[in-house]
Amino acid sequence: MNILSLKNVVKTYQDHIAVNDISFDMPEGCIFGLLGPNGAGKSSIIRIITTITQADSGAVFLNGEPLNSSHPSQIGYMPEERGLYKKMGVGDHLMYLAQLKGLSKADAKQAIDHWFEKFSIQDWWDKKVEELSKGMQQKIQFISTVIHKPKLLILDEPFSGLDPINANLIKDEIYEMKKQGVSIIFSTHRMEQVEEICEHILLINQGKNVLQGTVKDVKDQYKENKFEFKYEGTLPSDFNDHGNVVKESPGSVIIQLREEESSNDFLNYLLRNNIRIQSFNEILPTLNEIFIRKVGAVNIAES
Amino acid sequence: MNKLWLIVQREYLTRVKKRSFILTTILTPLAFGLFAVVVGFIFRYESDDLKRIAIIDKEDILGAISDEDNLIFKFEDASLEEMKKTYVEKNYDAIMVIPPLKNLQDTRLTVFYYSDDPLGLDMRFMVENKLQKSIRKYKITALNLDAKELESLDTKVSINPEPIDDSKADTSPMAAGVGAAIGGVMGFIMYFVVFFYGSMVMRSVMEEKTSRIVEVMISSVKPFQLMMGKIIGVGGVGLTQLIIWAILIPIISMVVQGVFGFDLESSSDMSAAASQIDPDDMQAMAAQIMAEIKALNWWAIFPLFLFYFLGGYFLYASLFAAVGSAIGDDLGEGQSLTIPITIPVILALYIMMVVIKAPQSSLATWSSIFPFFSPIVMPSRLAFSPPLWEVIVSMLVLIITSLFFVWLSARIYRIGILMYGKKASFKELGKWLFYKG
Repeated sequence: MNILSLKNVVKTYQDHIAVNDISFDMPEGCIFGLLGPNGAGKSSIIRIITTITQADSGAVFLNGEPLNSSHPSQIGYMPEERGLYKKMGVGDHLMYLAQLKGLSKADAKQAIDHWFEKFSIQDWWDKKVEELSKGMQQKIQFISTVIHKPKLLILDEPFSGLDPINANLIKDEIYEMKKQGVSIIFSTHRMEQVEEICEHILLINQGKNVLQGTVKDVKDQYKENKFEFKYEGTLPSDFNDHGNVVKESPGSVIIQLREEESSNDFLNYLLRNNIRIQSFNEILPTLNEIFIRKVGAVNIAES
Repeated sequence: MNKLWLIVQREYLTRVKKRSFILTTILTPLAFGLFAVVVGFIFRYESDDLKRIAIIDKEDILGAISDEDNLIFKFEDASLEEMKKTYVEKNYDAIMVIPPLKNLQDTRLTVFYYSDDPLGLDMRFMVENKLQKSIRKYKITALNLDAKELESLDTKVSINPEPIDDSKADTSPMAAGVGAAIGGVMGFIMYFVVFFYGSMVMRSVMEEKTSRIVEVMISSVKPFQLMMGKIIGVGGVGLTQLIIWAILIPIISMVVQGVFGFDLESSSDMSAAASQIDPDDMQAMAAQIMAEIKALNWWAIFPLFLFYFLGGYFLYASLFAAVGSAIGDDLGEGQSLTIPITIPVILALYIMMVVIKAPQSSLATWSSIFPFFSPIVMPSRLAFSPPLWEVIVSMLVLIITSLFFVWLSARIYRIGILMYGKKASFKELGKWLFYKG
């Protein structure tokens, strides 16, 4: 079951195409990375999903239904540009946003109490937003995003501006939400975070779909038959014939094997030559490398 | 609908609960009261100035002359030279010399007033007035005239407006003045409302945009709901403030009157005395004004005033909201966008000032139908009972225009609030109107 499907979505602003024929399916209950450099069209896609704007053409389905006005209450959205009413009390503010998402007064109050307890901030109710530090405001912003128990959570650069402690706190919450079956879209241009958190990714550039799939598939697809091994003994002189040595240091080698050679064949060859192997690992490309390779390639093709 | 109501509530409550709102709402009528007290004291101060005047009237022209609270007259037989030496001992402030009347036909007489302190303007008028009355009496006796016959020569003429159609209500001669005063006040309140609360809406839209909360809001509610919620909420704040003032200002002025024994009108009493209007006439006039105010059809004026308040407010507040959404983070930079809104408001104020003097002119008719002027001009004409068809046409035009501009502004607003960066030009605003979703 897909929680979210986009089919051939196009969005044009007066002078450029922000979203150019994007299609993807997002399985329910997963963490989905929406990746791309700045200006790639991530925010435009999110604005369409959150019904802030409408696509020029194409269709969006949430839970199999075409997007309609009942859906915003099932979506929690934390924009990259955070914002709260500065002069409002924290408690009143959360009550307001929760009720706008359709919660009753009593439910809203209960949900806020739950989160206040969770973050041990029970005494914040009467504090004004402007009295809080930036990190504290981010916590409130996060609570306001998830207060109505959305089925789909959209986080746009959720860790920007957070110190490591608060970033970890939010990260734990993201995993917790996932455990409860919430589907999460995680939009960012920071690849190392994606590798850690996401299962599925969609990479876009200049409004176009560049790459999509599970993180594992994408990495397999882009692996280069590269291995690293640590050893004791002396390597035979014809060792270079098996592939291209990327890096060699005493007792350790990184090699990119010839296409027709499997890792087992190579390992056999080393053993036959009485090399003592201490470790043998495949080196998978990082998403960052794949990202740069793909986006760089597209950019070159365009110019 | 439910979400709109939530937004209205927030916009209303956060403002009404603000300390600055409570202070201005309560302090403004208090300031009015304080003003009345201060003005009253200023006028009172002068009346404490007591003058004792010695009158040298060799020919006995004046006969008797009555004293006032602050003026005491006494006749002296001594010569001017003697008096000049002794007036201080005798506790006089001044010496007044009445020259002999050489010719009874003379209509001019110069009286000399000797003193180190010049006579104040008010007192001078009062003394002159008394002398004129006494000399008139003297002349009547000397010329052997009949006082009653003479009195019958003066005929006071006043124009009393009457309707041609007998079934229509009669109006008193004071109607025009009262209408102009009430109209002026109502027109000015409208001007204040449109400007003050309209720009409050604009600032609030800009704040939401700058603080980026708007993106969170728009993911929960429609831009139209957010805009309307704000306009209605701020409008409610305006109504609340006006109603509190409408209640507090009369109460405080009554308290001031009760405690200090005067009110703002005491100033007009003084000027009446100065301009030689008979106090009896003043009282009759005051009674007529009160009757005229009571005779006005308040059951029609109040609802109509409220209607123009709402119509004018919605029309201008929605435009201010649209402009607010198009301005970037910098208010100064966006000032040029507000000019097309402020010019008609200011023009309307000037037209209103002319219209209360000529409430049935063609300028009055047309400007109270033109929707950008009518919210200010029409309330100022209500006390003159304008023709029914004009009121109906003006209301219809205002309703249609307000709805149209609320719709138009919403189309600009929904795009503007999501555009960050520099302010937009009018050309861009025009393009936004035709954007899809």
